[in-house]
Amino acid sequence: MSEYKRRRFLKTTAGVAAATAAGPMLWTAKDASAQWKGAPEKGASLRVLRWSRFVQGDIDQYMVNVKKFSDQFGIPVRVDNEGWEDVRPKAAVAANTGAGPDIILGTNDDANLYPDKLVDVTDVCDYLGKKYGGWYPVCEQYLKPDGKKWIGVPLGCAGNALVYRQSMLKAAGFDGVPKDTDGFLKMMKALHGKGTPGGFALGNATGDGNTWTHWVVWAFGGKMVDQNNKVVIDSPETIRALEYAKELYGTFVPGTLSWLDPNNNKAFLDGQLSVTSNGISIYYAAKNAQDPKVKELEADIFHSNFPVGPVGRPTEFNLFFNQMIFRYTKYPKAAKEFLRFMMEQEQVNPWVTASIGYVTPALQVYEQHPVWKDPKATPYRDSMKIMLPSGYAGKMGYASAGALADFIIVNMVAEAASGSKSPKEAAERAQKRAERYYKV
Amino acid sequence: MSRAATTLNETAAARSRGEPGAWARLQDNRTVLGLLFLTPAAALLLVFLTYPLGLGTYLGFTDTKIGRGGAWIGLENFEFLWGDAVARLALFNTIFYTVIASVIKFALGLWLALILNQHLPFKAFFRAIVLLPFIVPTALSAIAFWWIYDSQFSILSWALTRMGLISQYIDFLGEPWNARFSTIAANIWRGVPFVAITLLAGLQTISPSYYEAASLDGASRWQQFRHVTLPLLTPIIAVVMTFSVLFTFTDFQLIYVLTRGGPLNATHLMATLSFQRAIPGGSLGEGAALATAMVPFLLAAILFSYFGLQRRAWQQGGSDK
Repeated sequence: MSEYKRRRFLKTTAGVAAATAAGPMLWTAKDASAQWKGAPEKGASLRVLRWSRFVQGDIDQYMVNVKKFSDQFGIPVRVDNEGWEDVRPKAAVAANTGAGPDIILGTNDDANLYPDKLVDVTDVCDYLGKKYGGWYPVCEQYLKPDGKKWIGVPLGCAGNALVYRQSMLKAAGFDGVPKDTDGFLKMMKALHGKGTPGGFALGNATGDGNTWTHWVVWAFGGKMVDQNNKVVIDSPETIRALEYAKELYGTFVPGTLSWLDPNNNKAFLDGQLSVTSNGISIYYAAKNAQDPKVKELEADIFHSNFPVGPVGRPTEFNLFFNQMIFRYTKYPKAAKEFLRFMMEQEQVNPWVTASIGYVTPALQVYEQHPVWKDPKATPYRDSMKIMLPSGYAGKMGYASAGALADFIIVNMVAEAASGSKSPKEAAERAQKRAERYYKV
Repeated sequence: MSRAATTLNETAAARSRGEPGAWARLQDNRTVLGLLFLTPAAALLLVFLTYPLGLGTYLGFTDTKIGRGGAWIGLENFEFLWGDAVARLALFNTIFYTVIASVIKFALGLWLALILNQHLPFKAFFRAIVLLPFIVPTALSAIAFWWIYDSQFSILSWALTRMGLISQYIDFLGEPWNARFSTIAANIWRGVPFVAITLLAGLQTISPSYYEAASLDGASRWQQFRHVTLPLLTPIIAVVMTFSVLFTFTDFQLIYVLTRGGPLNATHLMATLSFQRAIPGGSLGEGAALATAMVPFLLAAILFSYFGLQRRAWQQGGSDK
């Protein structure tokens, strides 16, 4: 898949600490064709809009890197932050009106809504791909829609994994999370039996609701659309997934139907949950907690990837991050230089360290980053590798974005799980709702 | 000297000075002056009210997406929404939410106003306290309610469990009907002060002499309320309830913070669904159509309170026969 032949990992005994210090070279590119010649416009200045941090270390180190760029190239950069859900409409308006930030860090299928409004960044992506072991295949599905031209530079994803309390799993007779869906259900039942249930968000939670419900549907072979964007959600596979979700729901802590994104974090950190699905932020919060009760959880919190269902391969859904340069920018070369610079290992290494792996980088070489050596963080290392794209298995665009924003999958799973509809009815309703987006 | 005479004299004087000047005459022209004074207000209304409303309505008839202009598609959005189970559920939720919340807000508000209208110790203090829920920004009070209704941390559930009244936490926002009533309760908490204080203002304009006269005629407290207070209060009731219904029908913040329309879309109001479809979902046209679909209901509510509650001629600027 990549031209990267052999990765050389220069072992740094200092590990994480060393990576923080001004980014030592952790590996050197073997592909000599990875050459970059940038020529930013004279007198350029840049405005960047990005999603606000989930963990403080992310933004702190990001800004250090930005300053480094400004110092080195003499290009002032202004960075604005917005909640990640607010970036999408702003980016779309910027694309439509032809005015706004030069660079926007967006999420999921944003770039596919206005591909012709974006600067072709194939040169940057080719260079970075060659130098750093290639992009994960899912990046191309997101940002190389025609298979030739990159419309954005992949940044990575906020990985979602199962967050669990090891002591509670042990008490229920499990050393770790089983690798298959049947074993997982058994574990959830055992935890429930012990009075230490898990719980997953089933309210209209944009992040935590979407991630695990997509996983469960995909794990059994269900999918919203086929490769031709034909809606096929009402399928026997989906119904099996919904029956499974119903059994799983029976083991949940009460109240998950109302859960929005913050609920599972709060409940977990209060010690009320044994398992949930989340980014590394729960662990980060425990690790940095002032409250000794919360701090105590740090040692007991472990992570695991989601179990694999009957389809026989991982089917995770993570929040993908892209970096787009808009055509209206006066300084496309400076913008490219900025993205190239920010993706070089000197910048990425300390940034990944500072955010303890909240964002899994999109370039494969970063799998060797020392942050993943911490067994607590290892599952997040593979988030890019094992995820399926938004709108799977079809093409991305307005229909996939609309269907996701309307919580069709979340609502379907919630209806079936809670028993308010039978799995068949829930799947039929989802089919009808999705067909409206995919205009049958 | 009469006004006409003054004008004549002035005109004559001006003529003798040989300077009628078109500009000066314009300045004296009442129509021109009137239009001139009207312009700023009209411009503000046009730019900030008429234009967005017109644009919003227009968008409802197009297939505009965020970031992509749309084409005119006539009633397609409305037909689409009519066949959409979630949109119909949102319509039901909105009407249910508005009717229940408004009726209770009115009853509680009137009751509170009547109490505050009595001679109470620390009257000013109580009146100020009553206004508090209305003063706190909705987003903040909604967050407080979010904790109150939390499935794991609810103080209500906690207290009831401690008192031994319930054995497990109440799922306030996780069960569709619980969620509907919980959001209505939060809306009532916030809306009552507005109704109460406005009605109190109305009560205070009623002259005590009516009550004296009524009590001399032997009217009971109920008869005084029924035949003096209520009729004299109806104009205020009409206004306050119109506003209350409008605020409730278009509520957004409370739902967005508490449930985002969940669980299972049981608390999606038209406003929240309109936002969900238009902004995160990107279908501006469809969202605009949903918002436009609220207008007939709002108009009906306004017409009802104006024609239903303001029956008397004097309330509409005429005089009672």
